[in-house]
Amino acid sequence: MIEAVGLTKRYGAKTAVDQLSFQVRPGHVTGFLGPNGSGKSTTMRMILGLDRPTAGHVTINGMPFRELPNAQRHVGALLDAKAVHGGRRARTHLLALAQLSGIPEKRVDEVLGVVGLQDVARQRTKAFSLGMGQRLGIAAALLGDPQVLLFDEPVNGLDPEGILWVRNLMRQLAAEGRTVFVSSHLMSEMALTADHLIVIGRGRLLADMGVQEFITHNAAGFARVRAADTAPHGTQTLGEALVKAGGRVLREPDGALRVTGLALPQISDLAHEADVRLWELSPHKASLEEAYMRLTQSAVEYTSTEDPRAELFEPEPLTVPAWEEDAPPEVPATTAAAFYAPPPPGAGGRPFLMPRRPGDLARGTGPEPEPEPEDAR
Amino acid sequence: MTAPTQPAAPTGNPAGYVSPLPEARPHLGHAIASEWTKMTSVRSTVWTLGSMVALVAGIGLFAVTRTTSIDYVNMPFTGPALFGLLVGQLSVMTLGVLTITSEHGTGLIRTTFTAAPDRFRVLTAKYVVLAGVTFTAVAGSVAVVGLTAAVLHNHAPAGVHDLRAELVGGLGGSLYVTLLGVLALAVGTLVRHSAGGVVAMLGIVLLPPLFGGMFSIWEALEPVGVLFLRYNAPAALMQLFGLPNTDVATTPGDWVHMALLVVLTGTAVAFSYVTTGRRDV
Repeated sequence: MIEAVGLTKRYGAKTAVDQLSFQVRPGHVTGFLGPNGSGKSTTMRMILGLDRPTAGHVTINGMPFRELPNAQRHVGALLDAKAVHGGRRARTHLLALAQLSGIPEKRVDEVLGVVGLQDVARQRTKAFSLGMGQRLGIAAALLGDPQVLLFDEPVNGLDPEGILWVRNLMRQLAAEGRTVFVSSHLMSEMALTADHLIVIGRGRLLADMGVQEFITHNAAGFARVRAADTAPHGTQTLGEALVKAGGRVLREPDGALRVTGLALPQISDLAHEADVRLWELSPHKASLEEAYMRLTQSAVEYTSTEDPRAELFEPEPLTVPAWEEDAPPEVPATTAAAFYAPPPPGAGGRPFLMPRRPGDLARGTGPEPEPEPEDAR
Repeated sequence: MTAPTQPAAPTGNPAGYVSPLPEARPHLGHAIASEWTKMTSVRSTVWTLGSMVALVAGIGLFAVTRTTSIDYVNMPFTGPALFGLLVGQLSVMTLGVLTITSEHGTGLIRTTFTAAPDRFRVLTAKYVVLAGVTFTAVAGSVAVVGLTAAVLHNHAPAGVHDLRAELVGGLGGSLYVTLLGVLALAVGTLVRHSAGGVVAMLGIVLLPPLFGGMFSIWEALEPVGVLFLRYNAPAALMQLFGLPNTDVATTPGDWVHMALLVVLTGTAVAFSYVTTGRRDV
């Protein structure tokens, strides 16, 4: 059982984790979700006593982590697959960790078998792939056969077989009555693995509920209906009939209708009564991903924008006479090399000719003019 | 997403999980075993230690073979080992810094402190293992060189030697170098960066003689320069080994040098405990 009360972490003016309170119960896989930079890893580090909270406290089985008498036997954690010394062999790495708590050496070979790394146990971990690193990290977490397990992004870099294995492992560990707390970005994965979700955004708690409850709360399923194109007003007639029957109808760009509030057979009956032929009538269950997106879109820390590449493109000329057959004017090599030189008069809106290879530009030789690409228009 | 095997929903055992493994309360001995495994399982530390032994024994034995008994009239038999140790101390300091910064550099320190949240236990084990290994290696190399010299050159031309005093001097020098290694580990813990730690240690050991020489140029600064020239690590090592000194009257005694380094190292070690206990890693 992990219990956080008013957990807060500030770095200067930035609040990474803000008044977070939650409980992670044994016997369940609890998913920990949130956008990048929302404070998931900071929270995990505070649970493990690596970072000191600015305010609030967090306990594991009723005790702060750093006061547990035999931490490794009660708590296992995978924080970062890269947190190993690359020059050390996998088995020695685990052995050194096992020795820290007096765990017998036999256990090291056991966990190596559990994660399937027996054959590379004597390799230096520098040569490990990310997936192998994750397996090694999971092995380290399992060393003490602990009651509480924390995993930060355990399926990162794993192959599909590895992902399936981790999913089954988590569920098995939880079924044995352990507390399993796992963060992940893969929503489809979480939907299959977790029973309970804790969602944070910008360091604040957004949701703490069961997976099904979370989905129904934050996203609605719908039915997609498509009337036959052959009838002139099929879609229109159908839409009116559905609205009259109490459904809510949204029109998708390609002409299909998105219907909520009506069951599928009911929609079919209404279409039949309105004498509209249907080409599609399909149910769409809300996914965890949709629910998650809807909940966190306002809390996303790093929003991406379209890359305008403005400095690479001259605005398109407003009108291009289709009959213009002029070959592009010869560009002297010096101009092509001078990257920022203004376009020569009459260059047809092309500031410079793209060199074939980047090396051409560096050498300053300039490319030969392209053989008339504008013909394609 | 359709999974080929959908595992059954967990039963939710409310009693919690109890491990069948025996539970031993971890103590310092466990951490020392772990640190020993760590030190011997990485090439960088093994090579650093090996190079130190090779330097002290190699240079020392070479000097022993090139000297004759008459060269030891004013010099202890451990003298040749000192030449190697003046270079070998750099390896010791590198080893001291690497003991902790290799964990900080790779992030392993987080794994370590997750497995053993009692950070002082880990840090103490590091100090114990480093000091033990360094002292054994240094004293062993010095003893080998000193004994070889004594066996080969303890003849009439070498004059009368107090072998016991020379052995104590060699052990004192080894202890001094070991303390430098401990200081390096403390500095590494404070700066948490391999290159930074090594450079800081090189500065502490190598710059005072340079400063001394430079300050002595001006008359106004000469007292400071002389102070630097008298109290620095190479001078202390020579003094401890009992090498002949030109101004016997003014040089500080063995225990002054040792006490100086003990105070410096003790302060750094104390700070390393304070910061390790408090810092986020």
